[in-house]
Amino acid sequence: MTQHSSAATAAAAGVGDPVLQTVGVTKSFGGVHALKGVDFELRAGEIHTLVGENGAGKSTLIKVLTGVYTPDGGEVRYAGETVHFRRPADAQHVGISTIYQEVNLVPLLSVARNIFLGREPRRFGLIDVGAMNKRARELMAELGIDIDVTAELGRLGLGSQQMVALARAMSVDSRVVIMDEPTSSLETAEVETLFRVARGLRDRGVGLVFVSHRLDELWELCDRVTILRDGEWVHTGPMTEMTRLDLVSKMLGRDIEEVRAEGATEFGSSHLKAGEPALVVSGLEVANRLHGVDLTVRPGEVVGLAGLLGSGRSETVKAVYGALKARSGEVTVAGRKVRTGSVRGALASGVALLSEDRKAEGIVPDLSVRDNIALAVLPRMSQAGVVSEARIDALVDTFMKRLRIKASSPDQKVRELSGGNQQKVLIARWLATEPTVFLLDEPTRGIDVGAKAEVQGLIDELAEQGLAVVLISSEMDELVEGADRIVVLHDGHVQAELDSTDLSSSELLAALAGDREPDSQSPSPATNQAAKQAPTQTEGQHA
Amino acid sequence: MSTTTVDPATSNAPEAALANRARFASLVQRQGALAIFVVVVAVASVSFDSFASQGNITGIAVQASFLAMLALGMTFVIMTGGIDLSVGSVFALGGVLAAWGSQHGTLAAFVLPLAVCGAIGLVQGLVIARGGLPPFIVTLAGLLFARGLLLLLSDEGATTYKVPRGSSFRELAQGELLGIPYPVILVVVFFAIGGLVLHRTSYGASVLAIGGQEDAADLMGLPVVRTKVLTYVASALLAGFGGVMIASYTSSGVTILGVGTELEAIAAVVLGGTLLTGGAGTVLGTLVGVLLLQVIKNVINQIGSLDSDWQSVVSGTILLLVVTLQRVLTRGDRT
Repeated sequence: MTQHSSAATAAAAGVGDPVLQTVGVTKSFGGVHALKGVDFELRAGEIHTLVGENGAGKSTLIKVLTGVYTPDGGEVRYAGETVHFRRPADAQHVGISTIYQEVNLVPLLSVARNIFLGREPRRFGLIDVGAMNKRARELMAELGIDIDVTAELGRLGLGSQQMVALARAMSVDSRVVIMDEPTSSLETAEVETLFRVARGLRDRGVGLVFVSHRLDELWELCDRVTILRDGEWVHTGPMTEMTRLDLVSKMLGRDIEEVRAEGATEFGSSHLKAGEPALVVSGLEVANRLHGVDLTVRPGEVVGLAGLLGSGRSETVKAVYGALKARSGEVTVAGRKVRTGSVRGALASGVALLSEDRKAEGIVPDLSVRDNIALAVLPRMSQAGVVSEARIDALVDTFMKRLRIKASSPDQKVRELSGGNQQKVLIARWLATEPTVFLLDEPTRGIDVGAKAEVQGLIDELAEQGLAVVLISSEMDELVEGADRIVVLHDGHVQAELDSTDLSSSELLAALAGDREPDSQSPSPATNQAAKQAPTQTEGQHA
Repeated sequence: MSTTTVDPATSNAPEAALANRARFASLVQRQGALAIFVVVVAVASVSFDSFASQGNITGIAVQASFLAMLALGMTFVIMTGGIDLSVGSVFALGGVLAAWGSQHGTLAAFVLPLAVCGAIGLVQGLVIARGGLPPFIVTLAGLLFARGLLLLLSDEGATTYKVPRGSSFRELAQGELLGIPYPVILVVVFFAIGGLVLHRTSYGASVLAIGGQEDAADLMGLPVVRTKVLTYVASALLAGFGGVMIASYTSSGVTILGVGTELEAIAAVVLGGTLLTGGAGTVLGTLVGVLLLQVIKNVINQIGSLDSDWQSVVSGTILLLVVTLQRVLTRGDRT
């Protein structure tokens, strides 16, 4: 990486000196204290991870650091001086770039445009499109990413989009780079690229904040850790001095012994599998995506769907839910045939889908918790078009308690909740429809360890109560421990069915990896390469 | 966002077909109006001898030039994901102010309307961008405000301001260069500049980014507020300048002008392939949209037996056709 020389010189000066600090920062939303006097210190030339349970204040702290929120109290110091960021641009101008968990780019513009938006190379005062594309290409080549820089961003997969966001952050001379769960939508090969870039930046004296819900990554990449709990600072120290159990117990504020006894995930043992199948899918075909998928789920059973990139996991559940038009095939719920291609039909038969992209497809951020939960049941909660407010209140109250949704009141806007709580609101919405079959697409992606455990526990509980669950997850542990049976998809076909009772993560990986066909014909270089380089990674995500 | 996963194992054939379809769809999105325009012009040239005459074509071009100014500003506004309903009234107000101003000299005929219209645009822009109020409501208020001001100035139309005889101000819209009327030249110059601004300046990049994903534009540190304010100011200035041109053309300030013109401008922009949700489009498309609307009017006038009310009926039908076609072809491509 040669073009970052100015960043190197700018930052090399004080390796080890604090570059970004908060002192006693407080922030509250609608009476809920998100941050209660947090001290945080990022040094030049280190990768520092922020860890905390759902609602611990991580995201809020990051938004304070990047100028999205202004703190209610305390101060932010940059390179030793007190700063007041009033908007993201302020933070960026002094040299803080951010990669967000959700891709924050403009889908209708080209890749190169997105990388250089606001800082386009010019000639005679006008944007030099040729130079811009050339520099974008060079940047991509350096990062080892194979993407056409003139392509419309929205046509790329989410993983590729995230890499574009990375390229954008790298193209500025930054002294601080903040990565908020950048890996949640990346393939293994892309994660490696990200880590390589992150280490290169650190070695040049840039300070990095790295947040990830994948705990393993923290030890692999990070130098120091700061732990937050309930909006308060708990611990800061070197990563090497911390065991996994240590970290989890500090984060949850629970005893180490307690954590050890309860295991890594919240999933219990296998469930009842008796009775007539709740969901039978046979020969499901979707143009270019699914070529005859069969699936049977009994009441009380959790069936995992596994597969590599493009295998058709999300497409399968979307087609069952009627959101994707099926060309042929049958879907039967509790013995009754469901009209395919109709979401209303699926809903009426008792099928619910928790989609993988909660930002785009689920949450209505400006509506309250109450209204978000009530959305899907409104038709049933009304008589002759008149909605019974009291019945909705009762329902919302029940679910907020049952799912332990952390909000100041049912009237708080969902936007203000943490990722984990937003996910619970969505789960509540679908549970309120009293489904027979619950399709969960990456239900724990992008939420914190604590919330993840709660969601896993909840899935278990739901299965025990007789719900038929289809679980998609890119985390091996979650599939192996959470599902009773795992259906492995490949290229829109069912490749294998595994009983997960005696299955280990590595065995599942082998099943996914072993049956792969050679990639002789390559329709898309980018996607195919990713698949090639990541033979053991499940389909992390697709746009 | 739609699912665009590429299955690694699919063969090349459907892949290529998909790409072709996408390319075709984007071609229709951008050039649908142009295709219809070419067909209409071809049919009209064959059917009516008078259509292709130099006089008629010049007439169409001049007639279209006023709407073109409004539509240019509207293109930028819609590109940011907004809407400007005030331009019809602002256009008429600009015309009356220009005619009035021309009685105090040619300079006043430009400065007065542009200052007032620019101020209206500035207020609208600030309220929308800073206050976060919906553009629809704010510019609806602007529409009523400008129309009211106009009626006050002209005593509800009783007073008509005339451009003095022999005033050099008349030259603006009545003069010509090498046989091409000034308004037509102005439109070409303005649209060329507009295209350059949209695609080759950081302001233009901000406009597209804001329309594409406003939150992202903000997080990327783009000057969202400034860009929006500028856009509404530019829209009002262009509408005002359109008014200046028409005052020069008619040698008077006509109060009844511009009613519903904002909707015609929106129609032209959408016909031209700009997404009503913002984020994508071209100014050249808008120009084609304007010309198409004007040609339809002209053709219906040529058919002597048809009432001029048919102009709107046909324009509306074609607008619906074009947007439906765009939608059908881009389905599953974009949401």
